[in-house]
Amino acid sequence: MKELGTMLELRNMTKLLGDKLVLRNITLTLEKGEILAVIGPNGAGKSTFFKCTVGLLQPTSGEILLNGKLVKKNSGEVKQRIGFLGHESFLYNTLSPLENLKFYGKLYKVKDLDRKANDLLKEVGLYLFRDMPIRSFSRGMMQRLAIARVLLPDPEILMLDEPHTGLDQEAVALLNKIIKKKQASGTSILIISHDFEQVHALADRVAVLKKGKIISTMALGSDIDLPAMKQWYEKEVSSS
Amino acid sequence: MKKNSGIIDRLLFFTLVPSFFIALYLVFIWSPVEKFMGAPQKIFYFHVGCAWVAFMAFVIVGYYSVRTLINPNMDHHIKAGISAEIGVIFTTITLVTGMIWGKSSWNTWWTWEPRLATTLILWFIYVAYLFVRKMDGSWEKIAKLSAVFGIIGVINVPIVFMAIRWWNTKLHPVVFGDGKNQQGGGIEPDMLVALLFSIFTITVLYAFLMRKGVEIEKMRHIVKKAKTKAMEKLAG
Amino acid sequence: MNSIFKDAWTIASKDLSNEFKTKQTIGMMLIFSSLVILIFSFAFDPTNNMVKAVIPGLVWLITVFSGILGLNRSFLSEHENDALTGLRSAPIDPSSIYLGKVLANFLLVTSVQIISIPVLFILFDYRFIGKIGWFILVVLIGTLGFIIVGTFLAALAANAKNSEMLLPVLLLPLLSPLMIAAVQATRIILENGTITNAVSWLRLMSAYDLLFLAACFFLFEFIMEGS
Repeated sequence: MKELGTMLELRNMTKLLGDKLVLRNITLTLEKGEILAVIGPNGAGKSTFFKCTVGLLQPTSGEILLNGKLVKKNSGEVKQRIGFLGHESFLYNTLSPLENLKFYGKLYKVKDLDRKANDLLKEVGLYLFRDMPIRSFSRGMMQRLAIARVLLPDPEILMLDEPHTGLDQEAVALLNKIIKKKQASGTSILIISHDFEQVHALADRVAVLKKGKIISTMALGSDIDLPAMKQWYEKEVSSS
Repeated sequence: MKKNSGIIDRLLFFTLVPSFFIALYLVFIWSPVEKFMGAPQKIFYFHVGCAWVAFMAFVIVGYYSVRTLINPNMDHHIKAGISAEIGVIFTTITLVTGMIWGKSSWNTWWTWEPRLATTLILWFIYVAYLFVRKMDGSWEKIAKLSAVFGIIGVINVPIVFMAIRWWNTKLHPVVFGDGKNQQGGGIEPDMLVALLFSIFTITVLYAFLMRKGVEIEKMRHIVKKAKTKAMEKLAG
Repeated sequence: MNSIFKDAWTIASKDLSNEFKTKQTIGMMLIFSSLVILIFSFAFDPTNNMVKAVIPGLVWLITVFSGILGLNRSFLSEHENDALTGLRSAPIDPSSIYLGKVLANFLLVTSVQIISIPVLFILFDYRFIGKIGWFILVVLIGTLGFIIVGTFLAALAANAKNSEMLLPVLLLPLLSPLMIAAVQATRIILENGTITNAVSWLRLMSAYDLLFLAACFFLFEFIMEGS
């Protein structure tokens, strides 16, 4: 086995929504410990792409391989291993942070839940507010708790849907720190984002999605700076 | 394919028109006038025919609902919807004719006769089904939700019938209306012929309406698609 | 299979502990059923003999009307912050969401009934002469059927913008056989009639419960799939 095995592999994934072909033949691999960013113009099918991968939507055709194993329809195994951070926080406003984490922890069958939930709350800086209903939380605090929720079951793949939207500088720094830390421990991370700055700061590789197709991918080495990446992106989007 | 379906349409149309006239002749001129009820009894031929189609349409909704769930497909979804729309019309006709029948034979506009009451509840389920279809969202989602509701609705109809019949017989002894003076008690052969023929005619009418309805609905979708395409183009 | 029930209980206990803290839905349901009783006591003069005839119907009327309020909330609360998607992306069987909601709603509605039905009897000055065990059995089986179908349709209706209006329109026609059976069984028991008559109605209700539980359990996955 290679040092970096393939974590997730999508083969010819196609999704038909209504009569519209939202995703066409998407083939993409995610290596172990890699951060892959998917960028693209609005309406390119980024969210649908995510939902199909997470298993919220059934792809019309194509295969998803996890750790080299073919994923069956609606299997809990995949969901267990994927941490999905969506647009919304998926949290209950009437519950406190601790209750929210415990609820999801029970569904994910997390062992040693109490300690883990408390540790995570400390990590995202919400330990002080652990018993307050989250209704009054700001967007940034919500997002931090949402991240804690995603990290709770120790997912092997993190899928982050525009994680930086609406966060202040401090929270962005915290989020990036957590992402980097997770990467170092071997977690694969897939990010959808508009935020070129963050993508550039985080990602090892960038894929451009346009009109349901992956039109190009590029490895981000240290030799490529932010303007260069932007230039490349604009060229790719306008050329196809 | 297209030509073929045109032939079927024409065939249906050319059976439908003459059989309607024959049915009218059979019902109003040929078949004898009933002894006790007189002329109002004639409504019975259409009442039974419409009721038959109303229930059949609902079974067809259920059938296409199951197929939509197994294989989400625009065609099945449209067929289920059109069948429900036609079903509402025939259920309404059944209710109205049933009420007229009730007024003339039992001197009351409404009795909780099991078949009539079941038809009323069927009407409500149909309307609820159409409400589900009017929800906004992608057609795939609506197809799924309405199919699920259609199946639950079909399961419910026989239970409704059973419950109401049971309720009726337990509450008060059967004085009138429970089947005997409608179909049982020996219907005259002439009447039976007229009845069967009008049932046949109304079934053909259903098939014809169904085909036309599906065609129109498909056209609507094509137009809608073309419209969004044009809009996308204009917007750049 | 075991984990379905465990997850269902996790979801139900989340809803119930939440309700226990805020007491919003249950309070509304109680007030609403008392108001229905109040309005009906204006409509049917409680001092007259009519009472006996309307009580069995009223038991179910307050159950269904107040229950619909709770059912509406049960899935709308999951749409806040799109928590339902969170549940769907969790490694659980979609049916456990349904079972959990059925359990939570059933406990919610029965706890409202524990108060509202005695209130009904008191306000209508109704002397209970039937067998109380049978009465409770009928109420439980009827309520269970109502919740089974109601929870399912609440999940279905929650996809619409006007779900509060849609739910009763969808639910009431489907409930009609159950309500006929429940009202008749209640009437027989309250009038101290022969239990055998009530038993046949009870059988119909149990058959309805089982049939729809199976159908809803199986079909719920399709509602959750959504796009």
